[in-house]
Amino acid sequence: MDHHLILRVVTKLLVAPILLYGLYVQFHGDFGPGGGFQAGVIFAVGFILYGIVFGLRRLRKSFPDYFVHRLVALGVLIYAGTGVVNMLLGGNFLDYNVLAEEGYKGQHWGIIAVELGVGVTVFGVMMAIYYSFAGRPPRLDDKDW
Amino acid sequence: MMSSVLSHSPILVVLLPLLAGPLCMLFGNRTIAYFVSILASLCSFLLSVYLLSLVSDGTVLSYHLGGWAPPLGIEYRVDAANALVLVIVSVISILTLPYARKSIEGEIAEKHHTLFYACFMMCFTGLMGVTITGDAFNVFVFLEVSSLSTYVLVALGAEKDRRALSAAYDYLILGTIGATFFVIGLGLIYMATGTLNMVDLAERITSLENNRTVRSGFAFIVVGMGVKVAIFPLHRWLPGAYTYAPSAISAFLAATATKVAIYVVMRFIFLVFSTKFGFEKDTLTFIFFPLAIVAMFAASFTAVYQVNLKRLLAFSSVAQIGYMLLGISLFTVTGLSAAMVHLFNHALTKGALFFAIGAIIYRIGSPMLPNMAGLGRKMPWTSAAIVIGGLSLIGVPGTVGFVSKWVLLKAALEQNYWLVSLAIVLSSLISIVYVWKIIEQLYLQPAKSDDAITEAPLSLLIPTWILILGSVWFGVNAEFTVQVSTTAAESLFHGKFLEPATIMGLEGRP
Repeated sequence: MDHHLILRVVTKLLVAPILLYGLYVQFHGDFGPGGGFQAGVIFAVGFILYGIVFGLRRLRKSFPDYFVHRLVALGVLIYAGTGVVNMLLGGNFLDYNVLAEEGYKGQHWGIIAVELGVGVTVFGVMMAIYYSFAGRPPRLDDKDW
Repeated sequence: MMSSVLSHSPILVVLLPLLAGPLCMLFGNRTIAYFVSILASLCSFLLSVYLLSLVSDGTVLSYHLGGWAPPLGIEYRVDAANALVLVIVSVISILTLPYARKSIEGEIAEKHHTLFYACFMMCFTGLMGVTITGDAFNVFVFLEVSSLSTYVLVALGAEKDRRALSAAYDYLILGTIGATFFVIGLGLIYMATGTLNMVDLAERITSLENNRTVRSGFAFIVVGMGVKVAIFPLHRWLPGAYTYAPSAISAFLAATATKVAIYVVMRFIFLVFSTKFGFEKDTLTFIFFPLAIVAMFAASFTAVYQVNLKRLLAFSSVAQIGYMLLGISLFTVTGLSAAMVHLFNHALTKGALFFAIGAIIYRIGSPMLPNMAGLGRKMPWTSAAIVIGGLSLIGVPGTVGFVSKWVLLKAALEQNYWLVSLAIVLSSLISIVYVWKIIEQLYLQPAKSDDAITEAPLSLLIPTWILILGSVWFGVNAEFTVQVSTTAAESLFHGKFLEPATIMGLEGRP
């Protein structure tokens, strides 16, 4: 889309706020509306927009497939790992109370960790879906249309 | 230290494969992925056996997730019924993995091997989770975990046969419809009772027999799980999925997936919904019972006419599911224990048969019966395994198949259902026909002389023979399985599951 100057400029302006908003939804999710799922999608949208306007190849260069796939796995591990840490600290699986001296602070930390895991996985999955759809070779060449 | 690890075993049996799946992806190396999966399955298996040993005398164990006491928190609840299913699933998983390592070489592109192990672990997680949880919504979540990974695993067979894609798609659509029905049903009973914990549900639902919401919830749940079980008219996805999936996955699915679904059906019919409900007894007598009989005959007849051996076994699975449903629909403790025994025995038999067929496919590259002419002399061990497995399908004494049919016959005769017992015997006669078809091809047809086919590699033979020997062992010493199944059936039928449980780990906050 080299000739779409407006799109390119607007995208450059938009990507950073979108990512920032994603982070806001992520880390504000324990008190306000939001959370890992929505944040992961919003965060991925920033990258997907970049990919649509500046080309899949450039996006793939900075975010290679193997990295995206590992992010998907990493998020699940963060979630389950939080539960394991709770067990190592002497609680039940996902019992956040043991994370801090006071129970409610532990709950707070636990939720943040778990939501981070959700966010990372959702981000990875969104990117992977975008890659697998956008990466398919088109049936018709652009000139044949 | 050891005792504190063991006190968390109800969650660990699910958690270990859940951790192993992403770890496989993270390492991205198929050898490491294989060993991680083996380790997780082995630990899960040992812990399941430990759980079974704790509950085999009729105790019920409860584990409070997140430190929140049920009914608010999610609870994992173990009794003899689900501990037995846990052992079945984990033992099959641990045998499938070494088998798969060799068998997927020719079936799946090498770059997908890590993904295969990751998906396999997720499928395993889901099945274990469905089995162990005491929370109705958790059942749905784990059901989706296992189903989604199963769709991928079936589709991985596309490397060899493109039809695997349409089979996986069929399964995806039908499985999703089933899961949706199930969750709609859950929503309805949640609306009527305001709780999702199974024990709590069972208590609150007793007074709601004439509540229309509860009734429609029951209908949705039974039909939804019916798709997953492959109850006779809802079995359309099963032959395709079993036929075109990679050999190891066919064996794993045949031995575990439908079994777990049957367990869920039993759990909901006998525990969540009260056995005193009139409409429930009617469902069993007028819907499950005839469908079970039809499945026993129709699916067996269909199996006789198959030339694709995997498809033949898939239809035979539908017929065998009929026997389990028949046991359930008799609505007695003996009937239920017959269903539980058959669940275990059929897992052994069908797992072994699919393993053996996979070994043949590994050598000759085709599941078609005519291509297997005279293989009995070239692959003696594999063919012998098929013969013994086939005998067990028929129900010849000395194999597990006989034990299940014996208990089922006993249950039918207890009710003076002479015609039913006749039907059981007659449908077994049909299975003689299709088993004979295989044996005839293997032993009595002249071999094609031009090809040099040798015995299957040991890594395929050993898992096959472990299951075959198991099916002979438990066929001769039936005491253990029958006793555990009777305890399980009593726990299901008399609502032992609902009684106060021994808490493992820490007690949750109310």
